[in-house]
This record gives sequence, structure tokens and C-alpha cells, in this order.
Amino acid sequence: MSDVRSERSAHPWLLRPAIVYLIVLTQTPVLLTLYYSLTNWNFLRPDRPARFIGLQNYLDFILARDTGRIMLNTVVFSVAVVVLSLVIGMCLALLLSREFRGRNLARTLIITPFLIMPTVSAVMWKNMLFNPAFGLISSTLAALGGPRIDWINQHAMGSLVVIVTWEWTPFMMLILLSGLQSLQKEHLEAAQIDGAGPLATFRSIIVPHLGRYIEIGVLLETLFVLNIFGEIFTTTTGGPANYTTTLTFNIYLEAFKRWNVGRASAYAVIAVIFANIITLLFLRILRRQGGNGEVA
Amino acid sequence: MKGHRRALGRFLSVLTIILAILIFFPIFWMILTSFKSEADAFTFPPPLLFHPTLDQYEVALGQSGYFHYLLNTVIITSLSTLIAILLGVPAAYKLAYYPTKRSNFTLMWVMSTRMLPAVGVIVPLYIIFKVLHWFDSYHGLIVLYTAINLPLVIWMMRSFLQDLPYETIEASRIDGATLWQELMLVMLPMAVPGLVSTVLLCLIFTWNEFFIAFNLTITKVPPLTVYIVGFKTSEGLFWAKMSAAATVSALPVIIAGWVAQRQMVRGLTAGAIK
Repeated sequence: MSDVRSERSAHPWLLRPAIVYLIVLTQTPVLLTLYYSLTNWNFLRPDRPARFIGLQNYLDFILARDTGRIMLNTVVFSVAVVVLSLVIGMCLALLLSREFRGRNLARTLIITPFLIMPTVSAVMWKNMLFNPAFGLISSTLAALGGPRIDWINQHAMGSLVVIVTWEWTPFMMLILLSGLQSLQKEHLEAAQIDGAGPLATFRSIIVPHLGRYIEIGVLLETLFVLNIFGEIFTTTTGGPANYTTTLTFNIYLEAFKRWNVGRASAYAVIAVIFANIITLLFLRILRRQGGNGEVA
Repeated sequence: MKGHRRALGRFLSVLTIILAILIFFPIFWMILTSFKSEADAFTFPPPLLFHPTLDQYEVALGQSGYFHYLLNTVIITSLSTLIAILLGVPAAYKLAYYPTKRSNFTLMWVMSTRMLPAVGVIVPLYIIFKVLHWFDSYHGLIVLYTAINLPLVIWMMRSFLQDLPYETIEASRIDGATLWQELMLVMLPMAVPGLVSTVLLCLIFTWNEFFIAFNLTITKVPPLTVYIVGFKTSEGLFWAKMSAAATVSALPVIIAGWVAQRQMVRGLTAGAIK
């Protein structure tokens, strides 16, 4: 089979248009971002022609007063969402890996939050569930004698984490579920015959088998969650003050609110570097699989 | 012992279904609210029996230019998916059946373009679009969304194509089929299920995209995601109307996702997991 393939390993024009398209559309803007990041171009200062200022924007980023806050927000937000959806997703995957009537329906219901338009999720949670006066959660708590809490304003980061975890848990669950389903029944039965309890089975058989699935799920979800914008814009707009401003959201503010092209580009380069680190880790897993793109 | 286990099994099944209903509840609540009058939508405790009405759909769809946004979403989503398929399927075919030494690197690189954060390129894109007069235009968004879909198409279709019986393709080659015949008559019919899932995933991602659409459109071509955000400051005045608009906006993708759910993992992990 392989000699048939190498014999006709030609047909470069099957691939080339797609590659050229991707180079033009992705690499060109990245290079431009890198270039802008070394200038002091600012749309609000048309009087001042853009000048090359070296690494000043990066230095500003390191020295700026709110940088610490923004990076902390970014880490807290993404770690909270990824850890919560890993734990909840694992429980759901374990429950759904059993066979029972209604299993397909249960899985279908559970994945729906992942499919729904993120901006729809955000307006729905913000208004109908979290609204202090009329929201279902506040009203129910109040009816039970609890306090009325303005979730979005008083617990901005917490509310955001709840919404995004709700959206992204199905993603983790689906990945872990395919891991569990690829686990050979014999292994589990052998463990049971050997007298291993459910906890021991989970620790010594299920977790090692799921290792790569967990890695892939965590890396990809981190990457996606770092890019989250719509939910933040819709619910908190980065506030109160800058308490829910992540790196991604700050780039938006820097670019389209303060119109500081240079600085926004420097922050964007930093975001691309973070994303590339995660991507490299992910690609290493793919390569470990021999480039076949399959978990063995 | 056996009875004990069966009871536990039943308990776990019921627990799973209850959890599933809880997770789905906000969506159910939104759909239910969309059939209420605004007065009923704000009543607490929520009335168990209310007079269902389609008024909100009439208002939401009729008066706020909803169809303008819907049309934008449909045009941008379908065309960018179509172009990504046309560019990506041949590429996937080449990578699956005629790999060279560089193919592995190419695949990894394609993946890395998919992982590129949109914030990393939004500033130059904004500037280029302004200069080229592509800002707030169909072709501008279609060109960008094609670039987002393309890596997904290449990886997913390659993964599906590799699962096809290679012998059939080989046989057609020995029978003297041209590359075109091989692609269109032998491979494509077998690849239809994979192709459908790929198309559905592309539709889901572009239909739901917000960041690029929000920053690169204003009035002419903003899609539904941008329209829905308009309800963010309505401070709870039009919940029923909001629910109706949100429901019809989200529904096509929910259905697409339900149909494609078995293949979704493969698409989401770039074929790393099937």
C-alpha cells in the first residue's frame, strides 16, 4: 500500500490553496501585530505620527499598575472554569458511561449548554437567573427567607465562572466520555474479580487510562477559555472596576476603547505567546501518537 | 448482594437524569418564558399555568429587524463553511492518501493556526479592513470565518478519510480512475457522514462567533450574536421578548449539535479523540 502512495505523492495543488490561504489570513496579521507593538501608534492622537519605540509597550505592560490584577483575573478565571468543569465533567462522564434507559436523552440535554450561542447564555443568565429583583435565583432565595443578592455586581467573577463552567462542562464531559467508552470492559471486570472496590478501580485503572484524555481536554479548554470575550462583555464589561478584566478583555479595551494600537498589539503578542505555549503542549501529545491523530 | 447492586444502579440512573434536567433547566426556562406575556414572565412565584402566547415571537421577529441579522448570519455562516469545505477537503485528501515527509509538520502547523487567539490579530485586521473598505461587509467576515473553519475541515476530514477502506480507492486507481473520478465518485460518497458532521461543526462555530463580528461590523452585516447582546442593558424589561429572540437564534445550532453529537469530540479535539 505504501508504495502506491509514494509513487503518486504528487498532487501538491490539492493542498497548496488551503495552505496559502491560511498563511495570508493568519501569519500576515500576526506579523503586523508584532510590528505595531513596537510603535506608539494611537488613533486618538492623529497629530502625533506613529513612531518606533522599541520595547516600551512591553515595559509599560510589566510596570502598569493594573497588570497584576489583570493577570490574576485571567489565571483565576481560567483555572476555576477548567478545574470545575473537569471535576463536574468527570462525574457526569462516569454516570453517562453506564448503560440505562434515557441515557441518550440525558447526554443530549447535558451537551446543550455547549451548543447555545454564548451571547444568548450570557443575557439569559444575567437577566433571568442572576437579576437581583426578578431573577429566578434571587427570587427563590428571597422566598426562602434568604437575602437578595446582586450576583453580577457583588460576585462578578463568581457569576462569570458559573456561566462559563455551565457552558464548557459538556466539552470536558464529551472528551472524558469517549475515553471511558474506549476503556476495555475486560480490564474493569478483571479488576472487579481481583476484588478491587469502585474507588480502587477508579484510581488504578480509570484515571491512568484517561490521562491523555484529561490532558487534551484541559489544554484545549484552557485555550478556549482564555479567549472568552462575549460572556464578559455581556455580563460585567470587565467590572466592577477591573475585577473581571482578563488579558483578552483588556486587549479589546486597549484597542477599541482607548484606541491605543501600539499597546493593544503588545498585549496581543503576549496573548499569542501564551496560546502558542499551550498549543505546543497539545501538539506534543498529538505527535506522541505518531501523528496519526488518534489516541491509541 | 444482587438486589443491592440493582438498587444502586437504578439510583445512579435516576440521579443522572435529574442532573441532566438541572443542567438543561436554564434553557428550558428561557424557552418557557418565550411563550409567556411580559407580565407572566415577571411574576414570582412563576405561574404554573399561564396562557401560552406567540405574541413575543411576533414582536421579536417582526419589529426589531431580526430578519436582517438572521439573514446576515445565514449568509456569512453558509458561505464561509462552503468555501472552507472546497479548500479543505482536497487538502485533507492529499494529507490522508498522498502524505510526504512534510505532511506531519503541515498538519501541526494547520492546527496551530486554529489555536491562534482572535485577539492576537484583531487590531491589524481592523486596520486592513478599514483600508480595503472591507469593514462591515459580507466578504470581510466570510473571508475570516473561512480561515477559522479551514483547519477544522482539514483535520476532521483527514481523520474521516483515513478510516475509509483504502482498498476500494486503490482498486479504482488500478482500474484507471483519474484523480477527479477517484475523489468525486469513489471517495466522496463514502465520506458523506464525515462530511456532514464537519459541515455541522463549522456551522456551529461560525453561527456562534461573536468577537470578530462585534468588532468588525456596525450596521450593515452584524450577525445574530451581536443582535442578542443588544438585550444586555434591557435591565429586565423585556424578558419574554428577549427569550423569544434568543430561542429562535440559538435553536438551529442546538439542533445541528444534537445531530452531530457523536462526531463532535473528533472535531473539537482536531481528530485527536474519536
